[in-house]
Amino acid sequence: MDLVVNGTRRSVELDPRTTLLDALREHLGLTGAKKGCDHGQCGACTVLLDGRRVNSCLILAITLQDSSVTTIEGVDHPVQDKFLEHDGFQCGYCTPGQICSAVGMLDEVSKGWPSAVGDAELTDAEIRERMSGNLCRCGAYPNMIPAIREAAAR
Amino acid sequence: MKTFTYRTATDVAHGLEPGATFLAGGTNLVDLMKLGVATPDVLVDVTRLGLDEVADLPGGGLRIGAGVRNSDLAADSRVRRDWPVLSQALLAGASGQLRNMATTAGNLLQRTRCRYFMDATMPCNKHEPGSGCPAREGDHRNLAILGASEACVATHPSDMAVALAALDAVVQISGPAGERTVPVTELHRLPGDTPERDTVLEHGELITAVDLPPLGFAARSAYRKVRDRASYAFAVGSVAAAIQVDAGAVTDVRLAFGAVAHKPWRAYTAEEALRGRPATRESFLDAADAELTAARPLRDNAFKVALTRNLVVSVLEGLS
Repeated sequence: MDLVVNGTRRSVELDPRTTLLDALREHLGLTGAKKGCDHGQCGACTVLLDGRRVNSCLILAITLQDSSVTTIEGVDHPVQDKFLEHDGFQCGYCTPGQICSAVGMLDEVSKGWPSAVGDAELTDAEIRERMSGNLCRCGAYPNMIPAIREAAAR
Repeated sequence: MKTFTYRTATDVAHGLEPGATFLAGGTNLVDLMKLGVATPDVLVDVTRLGLDEVADLPGGGLRIGAGVRNSDLAADSRVRRDWPVLSQALLAGASGQLRNMATTAGNLLQRTRCRYFMDATMPCNKHEPGSGCPAREGDHRNLAILGASEACVATHPSDMAVALAALDAVVQISGPAGERTVPVTELHRLPGDTPERDTVLEHGELITAVDLPPLGFAARSAYRKVRDRASYAFAVGSVAAAIQVDAGAVTDVRLAFGAVAHKPWRAYTAEEALRGRPATRESFLDAADAELTAARPLRDNAFKVALTRNLVVSVLEGLS
């Protein structure tokens, strides 16, 4: 099958059981997206599918013929600089997923999508709610929040 | 994961061969396949059937395509304005990533998160009929208090379905035998002696849309959910409500409870108890009690009775 990954068309032969995450990591050499829980509960595998953030561990690659996938290797966004500036990580394992999720989330905010907290100002409570699909076992959340808040303001 | 063959559906009425199942967003099904709980021989992908529009219905309702993503439905300006309880319920569920994949029909058809159902090595009358239900004596803190049976005490996990049940939404179904409609309140079954069947759908029937009828006073509606952490968790209890008050009296009301039964629990008894009564805390408490007298809690989930009662009062007080 053909997948467009980070702007490049890639042909790959896959068992139908292969998830997008395993296709990226094991077949296409893109190990940025991480396997945390492998059940859609931690967000470490987050990538952008046709521009939207998704859990790549819960998507069968075979369903994505001609879809466009952006992984952390293809992301170039102010949120990355802000994570460095604010030390928004400790061990770094969840970071690619956090950053892909933040990029997708900021796009959702710019489209006016509501959250369970609200729909207007990107307060810290809003950031926490909208990023709740990404867990960090080091607990680096306090530094991620200003990083994302400042990236949103740019 | 067990091997399967994959194909894309080309028609809503083709049905399914034995052992086949429909695949949409996959956020629940793919997980259950990884766990060995779902073992389809064939996956029929329905995401390319074009069922992804939210259209106005003549007379003021909406037809929500079965494949509309939960995130798109939650953000729809018509839903937010005229049926805010539905948008709020969707946003209370899952995460941003999951809502971007999960579909309307898939959300309705998701399976219980009962830990025994999710574990293929455990007995469970849902995944292996006749094998027994360890939950009755085991871990049932978040399982049913209403409408359960000896065979099964599972709860339906959806938030969206609770709002749709309160709003009298109707499911459009297509299959080899033709088309039919079923109210959301009658889509899911109570477990009885056949808990392996979550819904009244026949094998091969496909949900194509959910119709949301007009309900003027639903502009004043709300969903409130209680869970074990601040976000990204299944409900321990939830209430969807819409209420119309005139001169201090309840003229009409819609109420449904989540996380209490094998289906989204439409609280008809409470609604009946409220119509014509003063819109006061006392009336709301009486109505909640009238509904919850049917509750039969298990050893560790009696707290859900009080929790649901408190939710009814707080949501209705907030709306009136």
